[in-house]
Amino acid sequence: MSTPHDAYARSLRRRHLQAAAFGWVCSLATWFSVIILAVLLIAVTYRSVGWISWDFLTRFDSYRPQKAGIFAGLMGSFWLIGLTALFCVPVGVGAAIYLEEYAKPNWLTRVIQLNVSNLAGIPSIVFGMLGFTAFVRMFGLAQQQYILWLGFTHVKFTVPFGRSVISGALTLTLLSLPVVIIASQEALRSVPPSIRHAAYALGATKWQTIRAQVLPAALPGILTGVILALSRALGETAPLAVLGAATYITFAPGKKGLLQAPFDPFTAMPLQIYNWVDEIDRKFQNVAAAGIVVLLVALLLMNGSAIYIRHHFQKKIRW
Amino acid sequence: MSTAPKSTGMSGSATPPLVLGAASQGPAPAGKPKFETRGMGFFYGSHQALTEINLLIPEKAVTALIGPSGCGKSTYLRSLNRMNDIIDGTRVTGSVLLDGEDIYAPDVDVVALRKRVGMVFQKSTPFPKSIFDNVAFGPRIGGLNKLSELKDLVEHCLKQAALWNEVKDRLRDSAMALSGGQQQRLCIARALATNPEVLLMDEPASALDPASTARIEDLIFELKQNYTIVIVTHNMQQAARISEFTGFFCLGRLVEVGQTKQMFTNPAEKETEDYITGRFG
Repeated sequence: MSTPHDAYARSLRRRHLQAAAFGWVCSLATWFSVIILAVLLIAVTYRSVGWISWDFLTRFDSYRPQKAGIFAGLMGSFWLIGLTALFCVPVGVGAAIYLEEYAKPNWLTRVIQLNVSNLAGIPSIVFGMLGFTAFVRMFGLAQQQYILWLGFTHVKFTVPFGRSVISGALTLTLLSLPVVIIASQEALRSVPPSIRHAAYALGATKWQTIRAQVLPAALPGILTGVILALSRALGETAPLAVLGAATYITFAPGKKGLLQAPFDPFTAMPLQIYNWVDEIDRKFQNVAAAGIVVLLVALLLMNGSAIYIRHHFQKKIRW
Repeated sequence: MSTAPKSTGMSGSATPPLVLGAASQGPAPAGKPKFETRGMGFFYGSHQALTEINLLIPEKAVTALIGPSGCGKSTYLRSLNRMNDIIDGTRVTGSVLLDGEDIYAPDVDVVALRKRVGMVFQKSTPFPKSIFDNVAFGPRIGGLNKLSELKDLVEHCLKQAALWNEVKDRLRDSAMALSGGQQQRLCIARALATNPEVLLMDEPASALDPASTARIEDLIFELKQNYTIVIVTHNMQQAARISEFTGFFCLGRLVEVGQTKQMFTNPAEKETEDYITGRFG
């Protein structure tokens, strides 16, 4: 015959077992992804040994695997991400500030909010097609060459932008914007309302409150979101392929002057890798592996800087 | 409960019951009224939080607002510098006059009003910046940028708030590293830095230990030489210790106003007496 006390002891044992089992399941889930990632990294690094060299980083692509380098892709990606950041940050952060600080919570705001969230989930290839129509072709409107005189130099470009860096950057901007907006909104929302009230109570205008108190407090979150969005853009292949970015190119953007760079044709690292993988010569597999390592290092540097920035700023800000 | 507040010690007068009417019962309040509230009502949407508030707040004196939770005393305080404007769907009826001017008039600049009427919140709200930048924020947004002047002003305000000796060697350190009591005094220094005429305090010591509370009370005592102070407090002893005048709010109405001494020894209303002696609230 069991007493209530025995029942309790049995259930206690069972509850401890449950707790331990749940911990094991969770750690299994973690290690599963870590091991897969490690296998991938080791395999890629192993194949690239002997293929990564200073020459690989500074040479252009070639039909001979031994001669192929990633310089065009590296510089293309650099320009692409730089311009994307330039377009993405003011528009994305501006939109987030409007939605969080200014917009009245009515049906229109809700519709905008819903659309931003939905855009974040749209496949990147769709953005590629949009970018092709809007920037490369500009809906087939008239072809026109422009020369922009800047006082000390001039910049030549065509409208529509064609298969140039700026078309790619604008497309990646569209792709990154929803993520940047949502991350910035989260960051702004995490700033306690009491900080805003304290600033208002001291006779600050709305702009002064946002500029001096809200934005600095939200900055780590905003920057983290921006860098994560940009590192995703750095790895994007599909939209650039749809845009018709060059696959074989033997010069980097900016050859005819830095200001001319946005209007030069380009390729990007992921696209370059994609093409190497497709080559018939098996040796190109190793070139692709070397390219992947370079791309991963670039991604790691970007994510690392995101973590550093967050850590650096958050030391100062504690609620 | 009577709809109109009765003024303690004011016998049989037909004029609106006001704090100043208590003059015959004790020393006359110094100076003219700073704030004058006439028939004021306050609405959150359709919910009426304050009804028919008539209150004079004398200049350069401490006026305490007491009453049970949810009675509207904080709402009233926040309406004096229009902090309630931030909340959507709020509405004020009647009039609130500062030096005789209606602060809810359409041509009133809220930013300029809040510079004149400073505020200290219940929870200390230092900005996540240095101690110096916290105090300098108000003057800076007002256009003062000369570092030498800012330095003098910051020192002056920190001294006024009795914080200078504790922080003078670490003005560049984060304000978040200060203790709770120090943070609240920093917020007072910050509020003083815009050179306000009125200081509104919403339970400034309710989250502090007795020692810090005593310091804040001493500070309020000092500050009333130069500022008009309105303080909301849950602490009956605190109201009795620091204020010259007290208003008792209950259920969105001002039940009674008068000189603090009078009110705590001989309240006119039964409700006031019950509240003060701890029988309810």
